Amino acid sequence: MASVPAPVTTTSAPIQVEDVRTNVARRRRRDVMFAAVGLIATSIGVITLLALFVDLLIDGYARLTPDFFLSFPSRRAHEAGILSAWVGTCLVMLVTAIIGVPLAVSAGIYLEEYAPRNWITMLLEINVSNLAAVPSIVYGLLALGLFVYALGSGQSILTAGLTLALMILPVIVVATREAVRAVPHTIREAAYSLGATRWQMIRDHLLPYSVPGIATGVIIGLARAIGETAPLITIGALTFIAYLPDPPITSEPPFVNFNWLWSGFTVLPIQMFNWVSRPGTAFHANAAAAGIVIVVLTLAMNGFAIWLRYRLRKRINW
Amino acid sequence: MSFFYGPAQALKGIDLDIHEHTVTALIGPSGCGKSTLLRCFNRMHDLTPHTRYEGEILLYPDDVNIVSPDIDPIEVRMRISMVFQKPNPFPKSIYENVAYGLRVRGIRNRGELDGRVEAALRGAALWEEVKDRLDEPGTALSGGQQQRLCIARALATDPEMVLFDEPTSALDPIATASIEDLIISMAGSVTVLIVTHNMQQAARVSSYTAFMYLGELIEYGPTNDLFTRPRQQRTSDYLTGRFG
Repeated sequence: MASVPAPVTTTSAPIQVEDVRTNVARRRRRDVMFAAVGLIATSIGVITLLALFVDLLIDGYARLTPDFFLSFPSRRAHEAGILSAWVGTCLVMLVTAIIGVPLAVSAGIYLEEYAPRNWITMLLEINVSNLAAVPSIVYGLLALGLFVYALGSGQSILTAGLTLALMILPVIVVATREAVRAVPHTIREAAYSLGATRWQMIRDHLLPYSVPGIATGVIIGLARAIGETAPLITIGALTFIAYLPDPPITSEPPFVNFNWLWSGFTVLPIQMFNWVSRPGTAFHANAAAAGIVIVVLTLAMNGFAIWLRYRLRKRINW
Repeated sequence: MSFFYGPAQALKGIDLDIHEHTVTALIGPSGCGKSTLLRCFNRMHDLTPHTRYEGEILLYPDDVNIVSPDIDPIEVRMRISMVFQKPNPFPKSIYENVAYGLRVRGIRNRGELDGRVEAALRGAALWEEVKDRLDEPGTALSGGQQQRLCIARALATDPEMVLFDEPTSALDPIATASIEDLIISMAGSVTVLIVTHNMQQAARVSSYTAFMYLGELIEYGPTNDLFTRPRQQRTSDYLTGRFG
């Protein structure tokens, strides 16, 4: 600022450059202070996660050998591995995704495109949002009563997949609704003006253009489900499994086999929980190693979600 | 006919005959109901809840009342297509944009699709510019090309009537001129109804012009007569720029 123009009115005293500068400097200091506070606040979360992860690495890194991934649990800590746990996690996630994604995407599209604007819809919407806030143990109790006892699906991979599918439903419903809502109204009008039915408009336009948003929601939901322990303990996941379920794909016709759905199972966080609760540092090292696997899996899934959204969004511009 | 948004009446007893295979322009100040009237012709208002049509719009030659609740809006939209204010191509290939109206009708034969896509693109004076890149996204074209793509999309289904809702308001003067030429050339084969806020445009492209004000039809007649010898005071006030 080279000079301050002379005041136009004569009611106030002439402005002094020094006064203006002290005033600016005083307010600037507050600005810098808040930036510092914000930076510290942001760092606390990241640094804590980093510290936890480094701690896990120190404790468990030595156990991350190929054998660890290829061995069943054992009474001897150094022989124990996570084979049954990661296979269980993969199969449970498969069921969760196959059941949860179509249900949630259909529900999201129905609420956004078909549901009439009335109090029943409003009630449904409020309930879907509330489902996201229900503690996961409650889903476990529900699953125990509904799937295990009432429907008799047992303490199986199927039950676990159904339970987690219910749990991530609201996450995907919300993601679907947001993705669908982001499609401009002009695109819908264009499709309708050519004589498309509502379903044709949804199938040919809304769904394909919403894939990035929906996929992100699905992955974030699965990343949340992968670390869930409480509801699976409630429905009776076992903690010591020294066998694998029947493989879903077989070499003889009909090449698929659904026996695995009814198999007992364990998953990574339950295996980890089991090792943590044992005395002896050797098992704790195993727990740390399993923890590393879970954290890396979750981070990788979230990273993939971000990448996917970035990649697919670039292709669509209206 | 009349039209209501909830309790508010947006169109008040509009009565006009639109001539086959000519261009008819709807003009009037903002909010006069010209776009609302246009959107009755392909039942676009059905997408908005709490709207109501009253009266009838009879479509020649079978005298179907296209605003009757007994008539499926999809049936109407298969006969009357529309070009919107802002170019709105689908984020799909140029080919798929034009073919979409045919695809929703269940046409899958590749040869037939190819032929009709090419004919529509030629009809929209876009074929020469895009014939070597039909697989590229329609959204990568320039604004004027996008609007011609939308016209091709509207023509591909051989509609009896095409509605234009201020088709050049988002375009530069050169693109506007090419769209206007296109509309004039279409008139021989298809009935065109165009909403425009640009009086010169109405004078250039249309044979008949309707002047609307506050939801009412003030004056309707051959474009030449309406512009040179308006019968109503309000029409001449609007045309001379005294309001609107």
